[in-house]
Amino acid sequence: MKPALAAAGAGALFGVGLCLSGMTQPAKVLGFLDVFGHWDPGLMFVMMGAVLVHLVLYRIIRRRNQPLFDSKFHVPESRGVDRKLLLGAAVFGAGWGLGGFCPGPALVSLAGGASSTGAFVGAMVVGMALHHVVHSAKRLEQPAEGPRTAVG
Amino acid sequence: MDNLIASYGLPLAGGVLLGLAASLVLLTHGRVTGVSGIFGGLFLQGHDGRSFRLWFVLGLIASGLALSRFHATGMSATGAPGIAVAGLAGLLVGYGTRLGSGCTSAHGICGIGRLSVRSLTATMTFMATGMLTVFVVRHVLGGLR
Repeated sequence: MKPALAAAGAGALFGVGLCLSGMTQPAKVLGFLDVFGHWDPGLMFVMMGAVLVHLVLYRIIRRRNQPLFDSKFHVPESRGVDRKLLLGAAVFGAGWGLGGFCPGPALVSLAGGASSTGAFVGAMVVGMALHHVVHSAKRLEQPAEGPRTAVG
Repeated sequence: MDNLIASYGLPLAGGVLLGLAASLVLLTHGRVTGVSGIFGGLFLQGHDGRSFRLWFVLGLIASGLALSRFHATGMSATGAPGIAVAGLAGLLVGYGTRLGSGCTSAHGICGIGRLSVRSLTATMTFMATGMLTVFVVRHVLGGLR
């Protein structure tokens, strides 16, 4: 019960933060990305606030041996930068600049009932599933490769 | 003054809430708050923590439902393109976040928050291609509907 409540509470708090910050409004996001036009620097402050808070709290929380409701932390170990990371981030950025939505704000905005939001989220699910299928097929083709390790 | 608060104060306050929420997830579940990863792991095979994922996403969607009652402009997708372009955008975002192991929240907030070079690189990359895309759409093509 408590873990579920904590997860739902954190999700709701995250949603309120996205809404308050303006991240759920594609007009603002696109204005922030429009550095060659009428640039709206507002959303820079979103990342500043979020990163500063998490920078401090992350260090304090990681002093614990384990989180409250799990036996271990699931934080990814730092790996090197690889081609998949760069290509994936580049493709994601193109979609972000095209639609003005990233995944969190799109899910929060579903409640608004706009058809663009529905189309975006539906297509996002398809895109994720497509990657899953392509990725699984690649793994089947190259069984001898072993676990994928990043190249620094 | 009101303009300053709306332009910079609200984004900053919203950002602080995002940082707090991400820290709450780390403290309680020991996980990174990457919305694309949490959401994707809900319906794609081979991911643990299904209960956490489900409740987090439900909380996220419920917050939208609650907020849409008194902040309709924040939920009405103002400035979003039409269905076709929004669909293409969603496809790219879905595929790209899986390939690049994260989105704005996982890399931009959590990753940079723990000083990961990988996440900083990813964030600079998606910001750059996002800006490039807006440049092409707005200033080369003259807008898309």
